[in-house]
Amino acid sequence: MATVLKVEDRRRCIGCLSCRQACARLRGDFSAADSAIDVKTQGGLSGEFIINICRGCIDAACMEACKFGALTKREGGGVVFHKGKCTKCGACSRACSVSAIRMDSEGYPIICSHCGYCAKYCPHRCITLKEVF
Amino acid sequence: MLGRDYVNVLYIDLEKEEFKYEKRQDLLKYIGGTGVAAKLLDENLKAELDVFDSSQPIVFAIGPLSFVMPVCTKAVAAFYSPHTKEYGESHAGGRLAMAMRFSNIDAMVITGRAKHPIYIVIDDKVTFKDARAMWGLSVEDTGKILRQHTSGSGVRSSMRIGRAGENLVSYANVNVDTYRHFGRLGLGAVFGSKFLKGIVIIGDNSIPIPAESRKKYRQVYDRIYDTVIKTDVMEKYHELGTSINVVPLSDMNALPTLNLSTTKYDYAEEISGESFAKKSLIRKVACAGCPIGCIHIGQFRRQFDEGYEYESVSVSYDHELLFSLGSFIGLKSPDEILQLIDVVEREGLDAISTGVALGWATECYKRGIINLDDTLMPFEFGVLPNYMAAVHYIATGKNEFYKNLGKGVYNASKIYGGEDIACHLGGNEMPGYHTGYGSVVGFSVGSRHSHLDNAGYSIDQAGVKEEEIVQKIFEEEIERNILTSLVICLFARKVYKRDIILEALDSIGIKTTNEELTKSGREILKLKYDIKRKLGYSLDSKKIPERFFKTRSFNGKLDSTKAYKMVKKYKEMVDAL
Repeated sequence: MATVLKVEDRRRCIGCLSCRQACARLRGDFSAADSAIDVKTQGGLSGEFIINICRGCIDAACMEACKFGALTKREGGGVVFHKGKCTKCGACSRACSVSAIRMDSEGYPIICSHCGYCAKYCPHRCITLKEVF
Repeated sequence: MLGRDYVNVLYIDLEKEEFKYEKRQDLLKYIGGTGVAAKLLDENLKAELDVFDSSQPIVFAIGPLSFVMPVCTKAVAAFYSPHTKEYGESHAGGRLAMAMRFSNIDAMVITGRAKHPIYIVIDDKVTFKDARAMWGLSVEDTGKILRQHTSGSGVRSSMRIGRAGENLVSYANVNVDTYRHFGRLGLGAVFGSKFLKGIVIIGDNSIPIPAESRKKYRQVYDRIYDTVIKTDVMEKYHELGTSINVVPLSDMNALPTLNLSTTKYDYAEEISGESFAKKSLIRKVACAGCPIGCIHIGQFRRQFDEGYEYESVSVSYDHELLFSLGSFIGLKSPDEILQLIDVVEREGLDAISTGVALGWATECYKRGIINLDDTLMPFEFGVLPNYMAAVHYIATGKNEFYKNLGKGVYNASKIYGGEDIACHLGGNEMPGYHTGYGSVVGFSVGSRHSHLDNAGYSIDQAGVKEEEIVQKIFEEEIERNILTSLVICLFARKVYKRDIILEALDSIGIKTTNEELTKSGREILKLKYDIKRKLGYSLDSKKIPERFFKTRSFNGKLDSTKAYKMVKKYKEMVDAL
């Protein structure tokens, strides 16, 4: 069964950034900035948290924008990244209408693989891996 | 430090608007955090010059574990305290440690006075920005402006002061990311003296995990994360938070109440953590890198006009605030306490010192030691509106009395009298525990006169024999110097036992031993006391006010002769370091 990462309830978020750390850790970096998931505040910490993740589009604009075949369709939603074909042009990032693709320090896009590693570290189940049909 | 064999120190000169980085290999033996901050303070301090001289440094430091291990979330500040006129050290959470880490700053030293109010923005460089339009604004309004005018949402930290810091109130704080603070000992006034309204740090750099240690790092991280989340070691901090202490402390005669005239509070239930949770708690938030979320946010609404016109206000609370702005001045409900916290926050004052100052002023007013010419309005325990006005008066130095009250109860009582009822220890207003010799002696001898220096209050509750208390305090302070140098949040002290610390360090490529850590802890304590001596401080220079011996503690009434003997013993132990 294919699974996709979903935001279950962003209002429960406490802003601990454990999810961002988890993703970065898996990618081999200590920095939360090096993560496919983004958590930020709206109007400071007294406001609400925004959790910005790849929404797992069935018909993905990022894939459409990539002219080099570096992004291919992923079963269940989202895309699969082929680093060897990427030219670091950034077209995928610009094409994402919810700004879910950031670039890493080497200039490559950080593409969510929907592995769900981040969700394991969310203490309040704000993000979960959901089965899709 | 993490990923390199030196400590990267950023030096900022506000006067010349210049900055430089130095790679300091020699600082590695001080671990980081407290140790590195104390060392850099020692190097840059001008003991012969006034505390507000432009050359005096402000030092910040993080540690090797900051943000890379769970609950390693704090940054340490070291400075010449305008409050106690000796060694100043304060810790704050929020996002500062993360932002420093990923700006590649292990420590920073700020000197000089700007030509006019400024704020600085630090990313890969330092930018000096005009803050004249922000001078006079509240902590909250300043925070909103800083956010609007800088990038990096999510990986950014914002420090700022309020009017109290601008007006050099000696217990003005520095607000960090809205809900955290460098609270104690007056760092806000040092910012004010330098025309420094705020600092924004954007930490978005990458620090790769070496490929050979990734697996091991993840294993150690997971083990610590599981202890934090899946065991009950830190449960207290997540659920009701430290405010769970209010009722038990009152029940055991240890909750400082009505200017420490008693330690049992008739309204403890009403202002308890349980009561706040039922009536006011709306959410919890966390420091970056900690899944606990111990920051409890309470909300109240206030009618500002006829016709159902309301504003809602959210502020953070914990035990220290419920004691200082609650039981200590006789407030009886969460709503009242939250309202007072709100004005204290907006002005940028240390909540503990403010509450203790108001408690002292109220008793002095009742006894006729001070009068209406001083206070401009009557003070009565439990009556909120005048306390709210008094907070504004302290922050702005409304008259001579409030200017003096803004220097703390030790200084104010020297001028007006009431020294016996001025609840300070070592010149710093008391924290929320009157448990016995451990607390009174522990706060007195602690290098920053904080309950977190050596947890004397906890030693008292553990039933340690009187003759062993000083030794325990001494050992605990050394242990905590290690934790705060690494920099681990002290709420996680039971998670980070020595074997875990060694494993955590090893997993990020830092080899050390138990013996070396203990040696560093001792050296750091010695260094702090060397700084204190340089600044003219001596352990027998300040008397313990009589009130501490007259009011019953958890361990009964305390004997002053015994307490001073313990201080003397501690002094001998420190001198022998």
